Amino acid sequence: MGVTINSEPLIRCDALGVAYGAGFVLENVTLHIRRGEFVGIVGPSGSGKTSLLRAITGSLAAARGSVEVTRGTRIGYVPQVESVDWNFPITVGEVLAMTRTRRHWPRTTRSERAEMKEVLEGLGLHGLEGRHIRELSGGQQQRVFVARAMFGKPDILILDEPTSGVDVRTRHEILHLLRDLHSKGSTILLTTHDLNGLASHLPRLVCLNREVIADGPPRETLIPEVLERTYGAPLHVLEHGGMPIVLDHDYTSSEVLRDTERQMRSERESRQ
Amino acid sequence: MTIALDLLAPYDFAFFQRGMVAATLAGALCGVLGVFVVLRGMSYIGHGLSHAVFGGAAASAVMSINFFVGAGIWGIISGVLIGRIARRKIIGADAAIGIVTTASFAGGIALLNRYGQARKSIEAVLFGSVLGVSWVDIAAILAVSLAVGAIVLFAYRAFLFATFDPQVATVSGERVAAIEVMLMVMLSVTILVTMRVIGTLLISALLVIPAATARMITNSFSRMLMLSPLIGALCCLAGMNLSYHLDTSAGATIILVAAAVFTATYLLAGRRARLRVASLNHL
Repeated sequence: MGVTINSEPLIRCDALGVAYGAGFVLENVTLHIRRGEFVGIVGPSGSGKTSLLRAITGSLAAARGSVEVTRGTRIGYVPQVESVDWNFPITVGEVLAMTRTRRHWPRTTRSERAEMKEVLEGLGLHGLEGRHIRELSGGQQQRVFVARAMFGKPDILILDEPTSGVDVRTRHEILHLLRDLHSKGSTILLTTHDLNGLASHLPRLVCLNREVIADGPPRETLIPEVLERTYGAPLHVLEHGGMPIVLDHDYTSSEVLRDTERQMRSERESRQ
Repeated sequence: MTIALDLLAPYDFAFFQRGMVAATLAGALCGVLGVFVVLRGMSYIGHGLSHAVFGGAAASAVMSINFFVGAGIWGIISGVLIGRIARRKIIGADAAIGIVTTASFAGGIALLNRYGQARKSIEAVLFGSVLGVSWVDIAAILAVSLAVGAIVLFAYRAFLFATFDPQVATVSGERVAAIEVMLMVMLSVTILVTMRVIGTLLISALLVIPAATARMITNSFSRMLMLSPLIGALCCLAGMNLSYHLDTSAGATIILVAAAVFTATYLLAGRRARLRVASLNHL
């Protein structure tokens, strides 16, 4: 199913600056997210990825510039799994129901239960309503929090490091899930450290290190020049099956790698 | 027959009947708030608040102000102050609570020492005097119990969201700071009305033990919120009766019964349940 991208931004950051005390962690960041987009933000630790999300969600004020979220936009926020208290006494059903705070009582209504069932079925979690969150697999745990965000019927889904601390299989599950949600029309914004497992599969990437270094599809952003400016260290990029693969080790002695890089550079130059 | 009569003997006394009602209500009330105290890692705050309220109780006794008004205002201010310090991380939360509450506690003792009537009042507040409670005290506990029950039930989902995931609750538009203030106010008022039953020194145990026991039994927040007050009320009921027959302090006996229930649950509940309570590492 094709995804329609609306030209009117849901989120508009213009020359945004964010500071903790006197020190700016973000400077002059301009980023517009339109309805239907699937955007990943990459950058090293301390590059301001989480601060940018916090500014967008309104938990951090802009010191300069502006952040505008279109009026009435519902944000579904999925925290890092590492930040969740997995020992908290709570079942999957309770995790979802807590977001509907307009209804105060503990007991869910019939329509809420029907909606819950639909969301859980859609994410492959059917029948787990009564399970404690710790009793789930890594992939199911991440999906529960996506389900909670989806249960709030969000206009945009924001995920903070969705593949942080998960195994390879779970990472695949999450990637498939997010692609599926995007194909069904969800707008998604996420941060990630995972350049090969997640970022390279996204349609749009923003490379961030205090400021926006590059913004575009992975083929234009996951290139050695941009990555060196973003991460402050030389990184090599290979291409496999039409996807860029970032190597974070020093393979410069490899003749094969040098040839491949040379070939990719000449291909890029000829495209330009 | 004789045993049954012996067991029912204390109920012949009106003061014991009042004590029973007060203690059972106090146990249930502390059980409800104990769930939040335990899950939010506020055990030390509960302990500190009870000491802070003691300062207010002493000041109101010396200044001949109504106990509930004087200690209530003092307790609520202390609770909100502690909550703000803990949330804003102005200094280490433990250090802040230690300073605010022990200063208040020490101030209370100094006031009572300086202005007479000391010993009896101090002991009553420190260890409780459940057999001396009046119908006014019971009415106060009942009113606070109904208010806390209504607030927790009416704002159940918001309280759960703010307790489990304050960051996402904030993003979702919940007024997390207001919920925290409300929780501190409820805790302060609860300590205020129940301190005559159980005493300042033991009240934090009544906040923590039933909730920690309930945590071992269930993995569901809503069930924990039902079980904890039930355990609290039953421990108070049993503790009161035992204290009469063993001729021991009511407050101390209630806490010993609660501790015994916790230990029995811990031993019988199995490894998984023990891990659940071990995860409450701030206890």
